[in-house]
Amino acid sequence: MTTDSLILPIALPLLGALLATALPRIAPLLGVLTAALTAMSGLWLTGLVWVSGDLSIVLGGWGLPLGIGLSADGLSAALLAMSSLVGLGISVYALGYFSGSERGLHFWPLWLLLWTALNGVFLAADLFNLYVMLELLGLSAAALGALTGSRDAVSANLRYLLVGLLGSITYLLGVALIYTAYGTLDIGLLSERVEPSALVSTSLVLMTAGLALKAALFPLHFWLPPAHANAPAPVSAALSALVVKAAFYLILRLWTDLFATITDAGAAFILGALGAGAILWGSWRALRAERLKLLAAYSTVAQIGYLFLFFPLLQALPPGPARDDLFAACVLMAVTHGFAKAGFFLAAGLVQKKAGHDRIDELGGAAQSMPATTFSIALAGSALIGLPPSGSFIAKWVLMQSALETGQWWWLIVIALGTLLAAAYIFRVLSRAFGQEPTPQCFITDARAEIPALLLALASVALLGLAAGPIWSLLGFEGVQI
Amino acid sequence: MSQLLTWTTLLPAAILLSSLVPGALIFLLREESHVLRGVLNMAGAIIKLVLVAVLIWGVFLGVVFESRVTIAPGLDLVLHADALSVLFVTLSTVLWLVTTIYAIGYLEHSPNRSRFFGFFSLCVSATVGIALAGNLLTFVIFYEILTLATYPLVAHRGTPDATRGAKIYLAYTMAGGVALLIGAVWLRSLTGPVDFVEGGVLAAMPEALHPQLIAIFLFLLVGLGVKAALFPFHGWLPQSMVAPAPVSSLLHAVAVVKAGAFGIVRVVYDVYGVEFASQLGLLTILGIMASFTIVYGSVMALTQDGLKKRLAYSTVSQVSYIALGASILGPVATIGGMVHLVHQGIMKITLFFCAGNYAETLGVHKVSQMDGVGRRMPWTTLAFSVGALGMIGIPPIAGFVSKWYLGLGAVEAGEHWVLLILAASTLLNAAYFLPILYKAWFRDPPQEWPNEHVFDSRFETMGALLWPPVITAALCIIAGLLAAAPFSPLEWATLIARREYQP
Repeated sequence: MTTDSLILPIALPLLGALLATALPRIAPLLGVLTAALTAMSGLWLTGLVWVSGDLSIVLGGWGLPLGIGLSADGLSAALLAMSSLVGLGISVYALGYFSGSERGLHFWPLWLLLWTALNGVFLAADLFNLYVMLELLGLSAAALGALTGSRDAVSANLRYLLVGLLGSITYLLGVALIYTAYGTLDIGLLSERVEPSALVSTSLVLMTAGLALKAALFPLHFWLPPAHANAPAPVSAALSALVVKAAFYLILRLWTDLFATITDAGAAFILGALGAGAILWGSWRALRAERLKLLAAYSTVAQIGYLFLFFPLLQALPPGPARDDLFAACVLMAVTHGFAKAGFFLAAGLVQKKAGHDRIDELGGAAQSMPATTFSIALAGSALIGLPPSGSFIAKWVLMQSALETGQWWWLIVIALGTLLAAAYIFRVLSRAFGQEPTPQCFITDARAEIPALLLALASVALLGLAAGPIWSLLGFEGVQI
Repeated sequence: MSQLLTWTTLLPAAILLSSLVPGALIFLLREESHVLRGVLNMAGAIIKLVLVAVLIWGVFLGVVFESRVTIAPGLDLVLHADALSVLFVTLSTVLWLVTTIYAIGYLEHSPNRSRFFGFFSLCVSATVGIALAGNLLTFVIFYEILTLATYPLVAHRGTPDATRGAKIYLAYTMAGGVALLIGAVWLRSLTGPVDFVEGGVLAAMPEALHPQLIAIFLFLLVGLGVKAALFPFHGWLPQSMVAPAPVSSLLHAVAVVKAGAFGIVRVVYDVYGVEFASQLGLLTILGIMASFTIVYGSVMALTQDGLKKRLAYSTVSQVSYIALGASILGPVATIGGMVHLVHQGIMKITLFFCAGNYAETLGVHKVSQMDGVGRRMPWTTLAFSVGALGMIGIPPIAGFVSKWYLGLGAVEAGEHWVLLILAASTLLNAAYFLPILYKAWFRDPPQEWPNEHVFDSRFETMGALLWPPVITAALCIIAGLLAAAPFSPLEWATLIARREYQP
């Protein structure tokens, strides 16, 4: 039972990818079917973790240091739930988006492979398997990004591929150092054994740097905007909402779990400062972007920045309910961004399809003729700004409160500026939707394409913003009791 | 925090949902389903009115109504009805009903009605949420939702002017929202969850924290002052006059401006506590800002030729009466400020409805075009006159009652300078309203109106446009004449003051 539930979220999409390659003619059907099954298996596993706590297994009959270990705790389960629901939304949307096009046939195997790698990252229990999954993730992501075949897309994604490889190699160097010192790569075993030393610190720096490159942490974000902005809409959604989260997840795991005894306030401050830079620079560039998808891509750079603001505060707070709250808020922020950004990109894709381009200044007519899509952009946008009642508002509230309680008030300035900049770039888009174009006749014009975007955006606002409690339960936190 | 589902825990949520659900459904309607949209709108408004009537009775008897949802551990969304929230809920519910009727008439044949009425309902839901918010977190949430819900209403017309007005509105309110958020989070980090309690909760804080509490108050004041249009944060209000008339009415009388003023009242009385706020010297800051805004708004109103702009600056001035009432220590002044929350609402909505009628029926947008409108549209002009005279403070109209109590409260508190402000404001109000009345009633009408529409109606204009101002004008007189009757706004404000100053 446990065995199956841990393997299925990885095995199902892999199987689907193979079948979709073998039978290209029915690839879309296979793809959506696999997506539904994968999502169900992911949610099932999340449910199991909720009910019975952490799970882990070792495959292949070997003992722990040798066998392939998989494990799921609250953190991985929360992200797995996100990847399941967002992945399902993207799949349903892609069915309509690619219908009747040649490119769709290549989309499905690559997308399912990407999903395999993603779930693999969330569930892998040792550092080497994580490397393999990361590599697979980078490869499939770059291939997907280049799917349009345009020159911009190919060159951007070639760069994405090279950056991804550089990131993985740097990470692998760090892993090698750890292995020479401790002779094991299992996260559970290592976290019991690691002791502060120059070698371990070097390894942490290398791994973090490699992953920061993959997570597009400022100033290593240069590759992200062109790669994400030039991909087809469902791919952009997957890259921005899910793929960068994988690298972030690993950094969070390393810093709060594996190397929790090694990290210090200075190092965490550097991560926070880079995050602050990402918020300001990313938001500024989003504000100046001429194209809708480029705006969304820069907004991802900024949102990743918010996630890194949590590190100096997590470092400063002693273990206890206050730190648990902050950790849960960090997960909430990551998950909310996943839903919101996926919804945003899917909706942007529809606007782009309708208008034939995505130059923001000329989008008025297209935006106004599709109320549901514009509404999705507005909902997702308010989650990106961090307005209530979105999940990111709650996360930001806890973040600001922790900043004040630990005396690190300067992060508040960054958050305030980031919020205002985000409002400016989101409403720059939304203001186009209030022109004097003819009135659309009804709210939803194309159900199959519009509903996934709308539901994802709605989840980031109504679901995560008004009922964020399950994330706390999933992580096993009681919360601050008053 | 699980809660038994009883009528006392469900009623506040039901009041909120009675406009939220119809609003969500209206978005989904096809543009041409006029009847269904009208039914949804009116059904929501009437159900809300009935529920609020039950709420008033319950709160009067001392029943505790509270709906509580836990968003995350330690972060609760609380809807709680106390006497002050009932005052604001009732105001917004009654005026929503009237404004809905008016808006249905006003927007007949205009585009994008599903979008308009959808956001209109969201806007009222957010206002009711603000009124019923039981803690600071809930207040902030609904306060920001209100910003989001009103933006599309201001931008509704889609003209370059409307887009610009909406942009300015957003810039001000977003910046204010951030200030409010910082203040709210800061306060929470010092005290834990900030529940609104009659009489305030902060008086017991150690003395060492007092400087921080003052700084927090300033952040909150900036955040709330933007919506309440306190000088120097009022710049958005005249700009957002580009919105359709029902929106202006709602923004000025009920929703946005009132939300800011209501927030100031909440923070002064139910967070800091009025005595403690006075002890920290916060009331002085508030009083100076409010007084300055009262005079400034009136002076600016004098110079405006656009009728809606003149009314807008008049709002800037009049809403500050509420803040002024909150800034004077003493129950009588409190009553004056609180009751003005309602009185300003019904008077100002009357004036905006009338301005909308002049614009829709005759194409009259400017004060200089108003010669003789009283002969062409006597009922509208009568309603306008009631509103205007009430604003000046002439008995027996509602505005007189507010000014009387404010003045009396100032004398009681020994703050005699307030009388000067009131006198100056009264003179200025007369100076910018009386010329309009003179023109309207005593000058000869022009040969031709700028853009006259003839409606197929027995009256001077469409029935749906005429009745709302007539009804609200009647309310202005009733609220003034029957001020001492049970359940009048004044009696209710007295009840609030009694509960706030209870030892």
